[in-house]
Amino acid sequence: MSLAIEGAPQEKASLLYDPKVRGIAWQVILFVIIGFVVYEAYSNAVENLQKAKIASGFGFWDVISGFDIGQHLIDYSAATGTYGRAFWVGLLNTLLVAVIGCVLATFLGFTVGVARLSHNWVVAKIATVYVELIRNVPLLLQLLIWYNAVLKPLPNPRDSFKFFGDSFALNNRGLYVPEPTFLPAFSAVSWTLLGGILASILFRLWAKKQQALTGRQYPIGLVALALIVVLPGLVFLVMGRPVEFSYPALQGFNLRGGTQIYPEFVALLVGLVTYTAAFIAEIVRAGILSVSKGQTEAAHALGIRNGPTLKLVIIPQALRVIIPPLTSNYLNLTKNSSLAVAIGYPDLVQVFMGTVLNQTGQAIEVIAITMLVYLTISLTTATFMNWYNSRKALVER
Amino acid sequence: MKTTVIAGALATGMVALAFSAPAFAQATLAQVKQRGEFRCGIGTGLAGFNVQNDKGVWEGLDVDFCRAISAAIFNDPLKVKFISLSAKDRFTALQSGEVDMLVRNTTWTMSRDTQLGLNFGPVNYYDGQGFMVKKKLGVNSALKLDGASVCVQQGTTTELNLADYFRANKIKYESVVFADNDATIKAYDSGRCDAFTTDASGLYAERLKMNNPDENIVLPEIISKEPLGPSVRHGDDQWFDIMKWVHYAMLTAEELGVTQANVDQMLKSENPEIKRLLGTEGKFGETVGLTNDWAYRVIKLVGNYGETFEKNVGSGSRLKIARGINALWNKGGLQYAPPIR
Repeated sequence: MSLAIEGAPQEKASLLYDPKVRGIAWQVILFVIIGFVVYEAYSNAVENLQKAKIASGFGFWDVISGFDIGQHLIDYSAATGTYGRAFWVGLLNTLLVAVIGCVLATFLGFTVGVARLSHNWVVAKIATVYVELIRNVPLLLQLLIWYNAVLKPLPNPRDSFKFFGDSFALNNRGLYVPEPTFLPAFSAVSWTLLGGILASILFRLWAKKQQALTGRQYPIGLVALALIVVLPGLVFLVMGRPVEFSYPALQGFNLRGGTQIYPEFVALLVGLVTYTAAFIAEIVRAGILSVSKGQTEAAHALGIRNGPTLKLVIIPQALRVIIPPLTSNYLNLTKNSSLAVAIGYPDLVQVFMGTVLNQTGQAIEVIAITMLVYLTISLTTATFMNWYNSRKALVER
Repeated sequence: MKTTVIAGALATGMVALAFSAPAFAQATLAQVKQRGEFRCGIGTGLAGFNVQNDKGVWEGLDVDFCRAISAAIFNDPLKVKFISLSAKDRFTALQSGEVDMLVRNTTWTMSRDTQLGLNFGPVNYYDGQGFMVKKKLGVNSALKLDGASVCVQQGTTTELNLADYFRANKIKYESVVFADNDATIKAYDSGRCDAFTTDASGLYAERLKMNNPDENIVLPEIISKEPLGPSVRHGDDQWFDIMKWVHYAMLTAEELGVTQANVDQMLKSENPEIKRLLGTEGKFGETVGLTNDWAYRVIKLVGNYGETFEKNVGSGSRLKIARGINALWNKGGLQYAPPIR
């Protein structure tokens, strides 16, 4: 477009026809319209709320909530917790299930995706049936099935299943595991672990550089294992096992002591993971199929074995196809976790948009905050995945 | 599915609040008349209060109150559109104008009355919160529930009372919260919780839904006051009056012995109180924007308070709840109507 202007310097074309000016003008007009609509909606809502004598504002944040939440990762009780604190409890519960869910769904999805392409007929068929079955049943239904399936066969607390002596217990209130209390001497183990992680990162960098320079390969995995697992383990033993455990024991109706993993959490996690994994499996399959067979043949021709071919040739190319839709599925999993409300898991939607909204009656504020939170989580995930995608993208020289 | 509906309802409510013309300028009564239909917000299915029978017709104490309002306005108890609301959506639905009135076992509390832009009317059922446990648990008092897990429905005063009660008595417990009633009961029934808590009337109603109703007992403790009654939006006094006086008319009718069966004969009564009630004397109906035979129509088409009580929750129903504190004031109860004069 600059060419056109340079080509006719004498004619003073009207600004009206300048595409650049026009473009800006449209943007400004659109911006003003959106701004106006938002402003109107906001001021109208404020006015209507005042007229209807409905409380508004964020004053409720510091008010004592007065209700309890089953699973809380941070300190919370009806006596001292505020609505704001309840928000954090819900948010952390959502993030917990989302993060663990994304990781597990990725593993399961990759496994099933690869299995669908397996030459083993039975494995391939099982994977196909899994994908088709799970993909085509609504998630909410699956959650309810999982919840009931998890609960039904489990005994009541008095007849809990016990494992490893009495240290693990399973009943319809959840899975009870020993809760560790770290003694002061444990800090040595933590520091060793931290040092081990740092050292293995440095070693990996060094080894990669060496490989680039000399072509020699170092056993990165083994060294990392030694630094991160074995070394802290030795320190742990040397320091005299500085950990004490509290074990679950029957007291009254329920077990006391230990850490309780709630059946609602398990049902939600299993439901989300199996559901999302079915989609990820298809994405992985598509990704691997997108890499032409010639690539494998070429690698084999160079004498590279099957394993390294998959790892060094196929997967890196497949990832370019896999990552963008994978991102969408991470977002879906996170948002789908809001279905938790149906099976009693105290996630953000249940605690904040459910109980807090109802006890305070401040629908607009609460829903706005909830929307903002999901938006933030989604944008953060998307940004990270986009960064990862750009790193993995084909670099053309 | 449920969640989508809930989210949808809330979103609609918000958008309505944001974009509606300066709120509800037109009086509710005029709107209802113009629409030719009264939209009544009720529950999602609580036996005795709001439940659909096998023909899909809504029945219950709350439902009858909706019908009474419709009878007073339209001379037809069927011009009601019942909108079934979960506990957590009900206030938004009323605030945003999706329903004209809420009659949904809703506890009248100060914060709801003062902060939600609502006006609560007369109490149509005096209730209190109780606990249900399995018989085999061997518990005979709520105070022995130390360490129990308790299933509770979300978005209710129940959730707060539960926390208060256990806190006050220094008993540990774990709450398991569900968005809708059926899920709560199922969880309790399948053994996820030791106890289930809601208003006592609800406990008796829900027990009928259990796999083995007889295996469950209701503990004697009533831990709260739950005055359940209808509510309307703030700022429409005429509509508020209609809500109050339809209930009072039903009470007055019971007090004076006017029933669905004898109301036509009662038109000829010489008792001045009955004359004022049935509109043969005075202009009481017109003062609330209705016609003078408003109460006659309510009683003729729906019945008096005692009749609806017995039919829906009392001796004529499966619930068999005693009148108790819901008896009339002159029979030892709390139901008391200001005089019509």
